[in-house]
Amino acid sequence: MDIHEYQAKQLLSKFGVDIPPGEVVYQTHEAENIVSWLNEEKIVVKAQVHAGGRGKAGGIKVCKNQDDVIKQVDQMIGMKLKTPQTGENGKIVKRVYLEKAYEIEKEFYLCISIDRETGGNTIITSKKGGVDIEEVAAKNPEEIHKINIGPGGDLLTHHARTIVYSLGLNGQTAKKAQKNILNIYKAFQNLDASMIEVNPFAVVNGDEIRVLDCKASFDDNALYRQRQVAEMKDENEYDPLELEAARHDLNYVKLNGNIGLMVNGAGLSMATMDIIKHYGGNAANFMDVAGAATPERVAAAFKLIYKDPDVEGILINIFGGMMRCNDIAQGLVDASKEVGLNKPLVVRLEGTNVDIGIKILKNSGFPITPVDTMEQAAKDVVSLVKEK
Amino acid sequence: MAVLIKKETKIICQGFTGAQGTFHSERALEYNTNLVGGVTPEKGGTKHLKIPVFNTVSEAKRTTGCNASGVFVPPPFAADAILESVEAELDLIVCITDGIPTSDMQRVKREMKGSKTRLVGPNCPGVLTPGIGKIGIIPGHICKPGRIGVVSRSGTLSYESAVQTAELGQSTIIGIGGDPVNGTNFVDALELFLNDSDTDGIVLIGEIGGTAEIEGAEFIKSWKGKYKKPVAAFVAGAAAPKGRKLGHAGAIVNSGDETADAKKDALRTAGVEVSDTITKIGKAMRKAME
Repeated sequence: MDIHEYQAKQLLSKFGVDIPPGEVVYQTHEAENIVSWLNEEKIVVKAQVHAGGRGKAGGIKVCKNQDDVIKQVDQMIGMKLKTPQTGENGKIVKRVYLEKAYEIEKEFYLCISIDRETGGNTIITSKKGGVDIEEVAAKNPEEIHKINIGPGGDLLTHHARTIVYSLGLNGQTAKKAQKNILNIYKAFQNLDASMIEVNPFAVVNGDEIRVLDCKASFDDNALYRQRQVAEMKDENEYDPLELEAARHDLNYVKLNGNIGLMVNGAGLSMATMDIIKHYGGNAANFMDVAGAATPERVAAAFKLIYKDPDVEGILINIFGGMMRCNDIAQGLVDASKEVGLNKPLVVRLEGTNVDIGIKILKNSGFPITPVDTMEQAAKDVVSLVKEK
Repeated sequence: MAVLIKKETKIICQGFTGAQGTFHSERALEYNTNLVGGVTPEKGGTKHLKIPVFNTVSEAKRTTGCNASGVFVPPPFAADAILESVEAELDLIVCITDGIPTSDMQRVKREMKGSKTRLVGPNCPGVLTPGIGKIGIIPGHICKPGRIGVVSRSGTLSYESAVQTAELGQSTIIGIGGDPVNGTNFVDALELFLNDSDTDGIVLIGEIGGTAEIEGAEFIKSWKGKYKKPVAAFVAGAAAPKGRKLGHAGAIVNSGDETADAKKDALRTAGVEVSDTITKIGKAMRKAME
């Protein structure tokens, strides 16, 4: 789960990390109070959406007076922010963060994430802060400094010391940077984060450290024990169909194509997206009917996909394993009746009683094409959608 | 001989009396698996599915001599259940549970350092040796005894692979699972199959996220001139967008090495027969065997 920048900063400050003073607003009129409370010469106004690249897209503005702040807040709230990470449709800005703006003396990059190869954590730092780190990694790999912490291990003082020296810091600044790095790691561990990225990690006011921008993601599997993080979920950041799917415990991700998919198993669902692409089509979604593919779950999943206006044809690919195909087929026919199915539907079922299942689908009177193989299913659904 | 589950393997189930543990233990018994007991705290001394229930793994081991366990314990308690079996020094733990916090698995990984126990999973379909027995949820009827080793991150894609290699049959099917921090990886599974005299060819099914497939490819490359076992592979997620998690906790592309294409390229370079779609993995295996 991702959270907003201001939420990440709130969490970090609870662990003793130095962040700028700031406050979030949802409406323009709230900004006036915040500006007088902050009482700063310069204030930065930042659109809060779950996407990087906000600055270039006009989502970050430094303001020199109250009128300018209010003007910027007013423009930002409700605006559609389109960055390379938001996708074609962009994201509507609903929250804006106001915080003290600093003269940056030095800026660095810092990121903690899980190292899948060792099962530990990796801390990546770079002297080149405030820029796209992937570009730095490609052009100047020697500028990237990496420390690996073994599985379940703590970041120790000597690790933090190594990092701050690699950033070229010394004296009081080094001490303060060290403290901040240790505290960010503590937050990472205690909050079950999967990634905390600080960019820039900045030196301001001579020897002070401030986290000026921060991105954080958390382990979905641990949210049950991280209430304060779970409560930060912003439903506006999700596709409405994705939210509905989550309520039914379905693994669903909206994609850009027009062929709706319903599959059991995450791997098979990805492989179905792949084979559709292979035959010249594009999936409208990833969908894993997680858990047992019972007739009820199949029907709920089917109705959800059918609702998506982008969907022009549907492919169902169920490897029954232990489920009976006749039950699944009946669930599909019942759901088709409910929605008044009028989009092409191709079904591939594998498992017990598959013959009876196919008979049920064939005799349903709906535009359903039962096929024997996944290959045929992909070919058929791609050509049926093209014909339309 | 096969790997991991052999005739002499004595298996218990942790989370035995729960709904999942019960259902899949019934299927395992129907498959003639050597399931000798189960563990559910507070239910020790009773019988379930006509076999004994124990309060602890060490008690189960003392009484039955078990050396392998299937874990069907809910996510908040699963890491502890794994570590209980590690402390009891079982040879094999297969954890089916999906949804274990990553930091719990990091802790498990730390505790298992230097241990002789092998962990498969979590968030995996399990291990099945056709005709011998199974731990987990792989349907027995789709697997046929034979000489192909299957290793897969995805459950359903391991089933597809079993069906497509039916005429060759399988020595053992290993589902290593879809979590970012897990026990057995591709390199471990490949090594098991490489050293198994009953395995003639290997099917490897990967997916986006992490670099385990690339490490597997490097390992296969290192066989050149020393060993010869044909490998066929498929990597799911060529059509996946960057930065979105697709079902499995570990199935997310964050960097270039984690894409399906990068992994397929690495496997091809290592001499692996790579299939563009999952539907041709059986054909790819037969081609690699020629």
